[in-house]
Amino acid sequence: MELFATAMPALGDAFGMILNPVVLGYLVLGVVMGLCIGVFPGLGGIAGLSLLLPFMYGMEPLLGLALMVGMVAVVPTSDTFASVLMGIPGSSASQATVLDGFPLAKKGQAARALSAAFSSSLFGGLLGATFLTFFILAARPIVLAFQTPELLMVTIFGLSMVGILAGRVAIKGIVAACLGLLIGTIGEGAASGELRMASYDLPYLVDGFKLVIVGLAIFAVPEIIALLRQDKAISDRQVLGGGWLTGVKDWWANIWLSVRCSLIGVAVGVIPGLGGSVVDWIAYGHAVQTSKDKSQFGSGDIRGIVGPESSNNAKEGGGLVPTLLFGIPGSGSMAIFISGVALLGTGQIEVGPSMINNNLNFTYAIVWLLALANVVGTLICIAAAGGIARLTNIRFALLAPFLFMIIAFAAFQSRQSIWDLVALFGIGLLGILLRRFDWSRPAFLIGFVLSAPAERYTNQAYQIASSRFRRSFEEGLDYIFSPIVIVLVIITLLSVILGLRQAKNIQAEGDVNSGGKRAPLLFLLAITAYIAIAYTDASMIPDYARTDRVFPVFVGTLGLIGCALLLLKMRLKPETDPLFADREVEDSESNAYGLWATLAWFGGLLLLTALLGFILALAVFLLLFIRYRAGKSWGFATLYTAAGIAFICGMAATLNRDFPPGLLQSYLDLPWPLT
Amino acid sequence: MNKYFKHSAVLLTTVSAIGLASHALADGDGFDLSGETVEWIIPFSETGGSARWANFYAPLLSEALPGNPTVVVTFMPGAGSTRGANHFQGLEYEDGTTIFGSSGSTQFPFLLNDPRVRYEYSDWNVVLASGTGGVAYLPADLAAQLEAGGVDALLEENFIYGSQGATRLDLVPLLAWELLGLNVEPVFGIEGRGDGRLMFERGEANIDYQTSSSYLSGVVPLVEAGTAVPWFSFGALDADGNLVRDPTFPDMPSFAEVCEAAPSCETSGPAWDAWVAFFTAGFPAQKMVFLPAGAPQEAIDAYSAAFRAITERDDFAEISEARLGVYPQLTGDAAQVALESATNVPEEAQTYVIEWLADRYGVVLQ
Repeated sequence: MELFATAMPALGDAFGMILNPVVLGYLVLGVVMGLCIGVFPGLGGIAGLSLLLPFMYGMEPLLGLALMVGMVAVVPTSDTFASVLMGIPGSSASQATVLDGFPLAKKGQAARALSAAFSSSLFGGLLGATFLTFFILAARPIVLAFQTPELLMVTIFGLSMVGILAGRVAIKGIVAACLGLLIGTIGEGAASGELRMASYDLPYLVDGFKLVIVGLAIFAVPEIIALLRQDKAISDRQVLGGGWLTGVKDWWANIWLSVRCSLIGVAVGVIPGLGGSVVDWIAYGHAVQTSKDKSQFGSGDIRGIVGPESSNNAKEGGGLVPTLLFGIPGSGSMAIFISGVALLGTGQIEVGPSMINNNLNFTYAIVWLLALANVVGTLICIAAAGGIARLTNIRFALLAPFLFMIIAFAAFQSRQSIWDLVALFGIGLLGILLRRFDWSRPAFLIGFVLSAPAERYTNQAYQIASSRFRRSFEEGLDYIFSPIVIVLVIITLLSVILGLRQAKNIQAEGDVNSGGKRAPLLFLLAITAYIAIAYTDASMIPDYARTDRVFPVFVGTLGLIGCALLLLKMRLKPETDPLFADREVEDSESNAYGLWATLAWFGGLLLLTALLGFILALAVFLLLFIRYRAGKSWGFATLYTAAGIAFICGMAATLNRDFPPGLLQSYLDLPWPLT
Repeated sequence: MNKYFKHSAVLLTTVSAIGLASHALADGDGFDLSGETVEWIIPFSETGGSARWANFYAPLLSEALPGNPTVVVTFMPGAGSTRGANHFQGLEYEDGTTIFGSSGSTQFPFLLNDPRVRYEYSDWNVVLASGTGGVAYLPADLAAQLEAGGVDALLEENFIYGSQGATRLDLVPLLAWELLGLNVEPVFGIEGRGDGRLMFERGEANIDYQTSSSYLSGVVPLVEAGTAVPWFSFGALDADGNLVRDPTFPDMPSFAEVCEAAPSCETSGPAWDAWVAFFTAGFPAQKMVFLPAGAPQEAIDAYSAAFRAITERDDFAEISEARLGVYPQLTGDAAQVALESATNVPEEAQTYVIEWLADRYGVVLQ
């Protein structure tokens, strides 16, 4: 009751503040800008907020908040376009949406998939805000109850989703996850700063790979290449008329799933330190586990969209708790949000522990601005869905160069180095092969995302627990086996057992036929070799830095055992076994172009960029690609190139970004955008 | 990007920097950045204290520079800020539209001969040096023990401290705990000092420090709630270079006072000298703004004057207090002096710390 007495006046106050035409106008402005940026894969809240930051200084606090919140709130809504229509995760929040969204788009049901996604997003956002309104007053002790062992358990629970997404051969999924975990450890160790699979001579590797690049490379690059090789539109069927209404009905039919996944989203968002990059996978896993008929997951089950999309908007609300209450950003965009808030007005709003006591009305204003932005954003998105869905009917050869241009630009924002593009291309190749031989790409990505937190929390929990045990045995036990940890252990075990039992039925990436033995075996040997090298590299880390050694060695051991088992099985099983899945054999009829010929186009772009810089290379690439690969006239190719270059320059100018320079630029001082 | 606007204006007549300079001089108004975009490189991500500091100054700088150029902050994180600094080292002065913001985390690898450092502070031209301070605090129960029995009462305690790494700014608090004789186990791998505070709030860490602005916004509410008690501030340097109480926290003892009073701690000897040297390098001139190598005096003067104008604004104390704390914001010769004390530590202190890092944490900087 006491809670209500504090909350109600502040809540009323907050509504009074935000239901004001000027504030709403700024909110809509923020939403529209957020939508424009979020639509492009790889660009999200960070890029958008950085754009707004210069205007925040001294701005009327409420207006600035409306602008920023509007922008942050809609990114997980609008990034669904890329996930569903192109099979490209628009941001880390909608990776899981790709699994079922893209197959639906291929079937000509893009509008249905989109509107189901938007309805779920809206609902998730609203439920998240309602929940937060009451929860935020009581959230502090709950957030503080999540100590390092609890955080470690949540991470392990996230990893257990690999069980569900492992694919037909469970060990392959586990090895894929190990590979992801190992690739996540590349670079400087968090604890002692030892290098793993890196060298100071290659500074790029010292910092490890960024999620933006790995996500785009693992999902987007293989999809683009595969579609290009078939040389037709994404969907060869006509877009279904009135599809968007079906989508809303689909969502309504799965309302309880939507409720549960929204709550999962809020809960995971509230816990600081994990960020939102796993929440969509957890929601997806939950959707699969709780469905009776699982046969359609991965080939276009609408529940595979409702789940993740409900959770990722709810997560934004949950993420406000650590941000506002503790001043600890839950994600990159929240970090910029915090510095933006500090610039507002005279700096009277200070994000952090005093937010509840001194600025409860602002806290509520932020929560409900977020909800309102969700409503506005969803309405705009649904209105646009039907039209944008037609993109799937365009011949892909015309779409691909444009998409690749955007992806390359987004990847380059990660570190502004030509190596960003090399990494995109290299990991993209790995993604292509994982897809070809039916190794679970979601499992790989979950491993990668959770690698850093898993290692960090393991080391820290071990260190703190040892100190507690030194004090007294009971204190140590209390620390490790808190009630929350025990509950999480039980949930994780259940999830693993259920997951592995059901994994055979769930083909997150559709059915794949088996081909010859040779190619899958070679790929397995290559993976084994990498894991063995990573293992050896890590095991050579000296004793004083053992904290940086333990994790990669442990994961490497696990991976090597998995590889050994797979090799053994490969000897014993006939070549029709799912173990030897090879998409190349299956797709050989529909593929109009060879893999290497298609890759060579993008390899050429990379090489030219290294020589001439991005913009010049892009001009050559677009012109030649449209002329020769797409078979259009020179006139069309020139127009296309001009439009493409103008577009990317316009975007870079707005976001105030540079392009990758090449060798040429180190000799000649060229004007922007050629620098 | 910054060159876009510049060249769109000048491209027709000339592309080269020489042409631009003569163009500017021909106007006879010296250094003018009208219509230009100044790029301020911060070698950290958008999330850290340096980002906050740069975002605070950027709009003010835009107002104060001749010609009111747009000032944009660009982030170039990587390798603990050495990547951005190495990049800046590779730049030649062109037209004054590129500046760099360094931090203590850029200074320390430089002082410790980190193999990744390819930059040289003496090549650059400092135009602003911003100081800060730090406050160490304890949970209430330990603070009560301290109150009752002095530092000696804490010598038996197993301390846990969330740290970003022994070679970062955390070197200063870690050395301080060592000097006091405390038994502190650092838990490495936290991502920012905010995470260290959270660890303290969760009761996992039982000693922590925050830089002044984070202390004011994040810890003071905990102090008011009774869960944290401030112990000491690291102190500050007065005009003569003496260690004195931090002017932002005049009621708090400085580390020197605490060490003086503690039987286990000595304010002389190589360990103490090393602490003073690295404190001086890391805090009183923690964040600095540089023009690249080869900048003409005219540009240095223009930037120095702009920063001086900002710090002399009537409302500067008011707008900066919450974001920067009450610390000197030095320009001109004072900034030069601060730079020198921040980037030159006595060789003995350097050797002591490098050996201490190797013995205590196994950190080998080769």
